This record gives sequence, C-alpha cells and structure tokens, in this order.
Amino acid sequence: MSLSEQQVKEIAYLARLSVDDGEVEQTTAELNNILDLMADLAKIDTQGVSPMSHPLNMSQRLREDEVSEIDQSQEFLAIAPQTGKNHFLVPTVIE
Amino acid sequence: MHKLTVAELSKGLKNKEFSSVELTEHFLNRIKVSDLNAFITVTDDLALVQAQAADAKIANGNAGILTGIPYAHKDIFCTKGVKTSAGSKILDPFISPYDATVSHKLNSADMIMLGKANMDELAMGSSNEKSFYGPVKNPWNKNKVPGGSSGGSAAAVAGRLSPFATGTDTGGSIRQPASLCGITGIKPTYGRVSRYGMIAYASSLDQGGPLTQTAQDAALVMNVMAGFDEKDSTSVDRAVPDYTQNLGNSIEGLKIGLPKEFFSEGLDSGVAEVVMAAVKEFEAMGASVQEISLPNSAHAIPTYYIVAPCECSSNLSRLDGVRYGYRCENPKDLEDLYLRSRSEGFGAEVKRRIMIGTYALSAGYYDAYYLKAQKVRHLISEDFKKAFQSVDVIMGPVSPTTAFDLGAFKDSVSMYLADIYTLSLNLAGLPGMSIPAGFSNNMPVGLQLIGNYWSEEMLLNAAHQFQGETDWHSRLPEGV
Repeated sequence: MSLSEQQVKEIAYLARLSVDDGEVEQTTAELNNILDLMADLAKIDTQGVSPMSHPLNMSQRLREDEVSEIDQSQEFLAIAPQTGKNHFLVPTVIE
Repeated sequence: MHKLTVAELSKGLKNKEFSSVELTEHFLNRIKVSDLNAFITVTDDLALVQAQAADAKIANGNAGILTGIPYAHKDIFCTKGVKTSAGSKILDPFISPYDATVSHKLNSADMIMLGKANMDELAMGSSNEKSFYGPVKNPWNKNKVPGGSSGGSAAAVAGRLSPFATGTDTGGSIRQPASLCGITGIKPTYGRVSRYGMIAYASSLDQGGPLTQTAQDAALVMNVMAGFDEKDSTSVDRAVPDYTQNLGNSIEGLKIGLPKEFFSEGLDSGVAEVVMAAVKEFEAMGASVQEISLPNSAHAIPTYYIVAPCECSSNLSRLDGVRYGYRCENPKDLEDLYLRSRSEGFGAEVKRRIMIGTYALSAGYYDAYYLKAQKVRHLISEDFKKAFQSVDVIMGPVSPTTAFDLGAFKDSVSMYLADIYTLSLNLAGLPGMSIPAGFSNNMPVGLQLIGNYWSEEMLLNAAHQFQGETDWHSRLPEGV
C-alpha cells in the first residue's frame, strides 16, 4: 500500500498542515518509506488477540461531579495570541 | 562541587561545607561557559531566589534531604511563569500559566531549577537534533549526539552542569540518552509519575523519570517525583515506597533473563561485549543468568511507530494558534490561521508523525494500522508476562550502537530502527533503567534493566549494587 501525492495532500489537509507543490514529492517518499516499515504488521497472526489501549488494563477513575477548577481565565487569556472581551480572537468566520 | 552526587551534595549542604547559593552559582557559571547547548532557558534569577530560600531553611534546621540541590528540568514540564517550549517553535512563545505536578513536587522539596533542558521537538527524536533550538552535543565527544529526546537533560548531567535532570520516556527517551552519555536513568512503570502538565506526545506511553549520576540519586529523586495525582486520570493510586530503603540489599539469587532477540544481528560487537561483561559482574555478585525469548520484540518498531504517531496526531491538534503558542502573521481567515500556524510552527519530523497518525486513524485504514498495532501491542506485553514467570529482571543493551555522529542519519526510518531495544517496554508499560556499564571506542555504553510492573525498588537495588562494584558511573568526560 503506497500513498500517492494526491493522498498526501489530503492527509496533510486533514491534519491542517500544508504541503506545497515543491515539497509534496519528497514528503510522499518519506511517508511511504515509513509506511513500508509497517508492512510487517499485516503478516502477524493476531486472531483472537484483543487490542491493548492502556498498559495497565485499568478502568477510568470517576469523581464527584462538582467544580474542582479555580477560575484562571485571566491567566489563560493573558498568554493568547489575540483576545478581546474575555474571548480568544480569530479572523472573522461569519460576516 | 560539580562532580559530587545528589547524595553527597545533600550531606555537604547539611554540614555547611557550602551554601545552596554557592552551589547554584557554581552550576550557573558552568552552564554559562558550556558549549553543549543543553539548555533552552537558563533561569538564573529564579534559581538564586530559590537558593536563598533553601539556605534559610537549612539555617533554621527545616531542610529536607533535597533542599537546595539544583536540577535541570526538561522543557516538556510546564513551569509557571517560565517559557515551556518542548523544543518546538510552536510553543516558543508559551509561558506556562501553571506548574506541572512534577514541577510542583520538586519545588515543594526545595530543589533549585537551573533552567529548562533542551530536547527533541515535542519529544520526537532519538538524537536531540530535532530541537528548534539546535542540537545538543555529547560531552564525551562534541561531534556526536547525546541521544534523545531527553538529550539536554542527559548532556547536562554527564557534563556536570547539573547533578540531576528530569526526563520523559515514550520510547526510550530517558534510557537511550542516559546510555549514550554514560549516566543513570530510570523510566518508571506507566502511571507512577504524574503526567499532569507534562506536554503529551503519546499519552498511553509517556512517563517521566530522573537522569542522575547514580542509582542512589535516582532513588532519592524518585521519592519526590513518584506518587498518585488526581489531576492525571492515568496516575495509579498506589503507595510510594522509600526507594532508598532497600538499596543496600544483596542481590544474591537474583534471576536475570537475557532475551536472545536483543543479542542478534544489528547489535554492535563492542556494545555486546560491554553488556555481557556487565552481566558477568552481576553473576559474580550472586545473580543467576538464563536465556529467555521475547519472540515479538522486532514487532515493537512498527507497532510503536503506529501507536505513537496516532496518539500524537490527536494530542497535537490542540496546537492551532488560537489559544496559546505561535500564530502566523496576518492570517486571512480561520483556515489559513490553522494551516500556516501549524505548518510554520512544527518541524519536519513532527509533521511526518502527525501525518502518519492522521492517515492510520482515518476511515478505511484504522483496522489495518491502529487496531492491528494495538493487538500486536498485546502480544508484546504477553511476551514480558511470560518472561517474568521465570526471571526477576531482564537485561540487555539500550541502544545497538554508542552515540553516533551529529548528522549521521539522513532519514527517519534508519533512526527509528535504532530504538529496537527500548520501545517494547513502553508498549507494555513496564519500568526500565539504563546504567553506565563501560565504554566502546571511548564512548559510554549503557546496560538496560527491565523489571516487572512496580519493581522500581528492585531495579534501583540491582543498579546500586552494581555501582558499588564498578566505577563506570563516576568516569568523567575529558575537561569536566
């Protein structure tokens, strides 16, 4: 299974990364080189093996549904690239 | 002073042979004249304020065992009011508004933060060449890499710019640089050290731990770093033993397993010789040795390089130029803001891993890659489970070679292959160590010790006993 340049552009867009025309050939080659490494996975017999998503096989801890965070909104707004009226600002989305 | 261990410094401070301010100034001066590029940020002013407070505590008789001892903090741990970049341009403007739990614990123990240690960008790399702030040099040979991703931390301890440094290990990032720099490093059991405020790379694999000169120092620091944290949902609520308590125990009867897969082709013969000599030393101390098999070892590389990129592609989606970190100039719309902030902010290796993860998680490919990798992860974990039915500790090399030349690896895949001996225990969540075991071609070689879950005490005990019989851990690079 090998990625085409078009697929690489689509993957990059899904990840909100841009790969311009000058880079796409090299990036495609690099990604395919990495994916070649994964080809062996398909050959491993995993019939009846359950997937392991957590090393300790533990379940998620629950806590009481009560406020545990103190309000630090000003500290967090202070480090943002652009803010206004207690909000993070981005370029206009809807006119 | 800089050649002393944490344990020795603690005694010296207590006996008033020197003050914490003197000690801190000494290390800050060493950092200033160093050309290793081990630090991204040096926090001189803060360090001196902390040192004065520590001296006051020592004078009042309120000092703890680590009061007044300086350390280098990997730049992946959030530090309130101090830049926390994780080695990336995208976090270069990020002044953390809060402390990681590990930062908080070290502060509460009155330790002195000298600065934030250099690292591969967002912990992705095995050479520290992937940092936005430039490569770190190996103190044993400045044309060589210190290993990664905790390369700045390892170089700082090996170059005696700091007696202790924090690190994180997702696929070997504590053990491999410890090995390549000739120091001691321990990656604890997953869930032992809080990940709160530790910038996530691959959440099911990441684990923090110390890099020190000796196992005794690692035990002293682990006493502070380890422990349950309700702010980390993967932290395990389990009592922390006093890791120093059993260091002096004899290792008579310790059962060592040598996985035959760790000694097959690809292992440098000089490294193999040093590792086997160290194992012989353990035998002479009363341990028994047997060959074991971890048949799925080789599968750790493709498994890790699916699991970790998948988790990183998800984790790093939050770095989008909106709330903190780097934002591109004059974005024309929101999409342009995301695309350019991320494309300009991330380095090439990080982008590759994000794209591999995005692809492997995308519709139609999930089963073939991510789900398959998680199943193989289970097989790798079962290999260890079987092995630990007959042995107490698994030993082998950390890295197939000693430190390689800066710029030696031109492509990602060949560097990935060098992670062969370290990845599998992260996938299983097990603890592991690297301890100095000798030299090959004048470069340090580490011995890896892998234990069962929660066996940090046994690992530290075995390492400490070895260090009582050998002096590899106290060898110094020229000029230090």
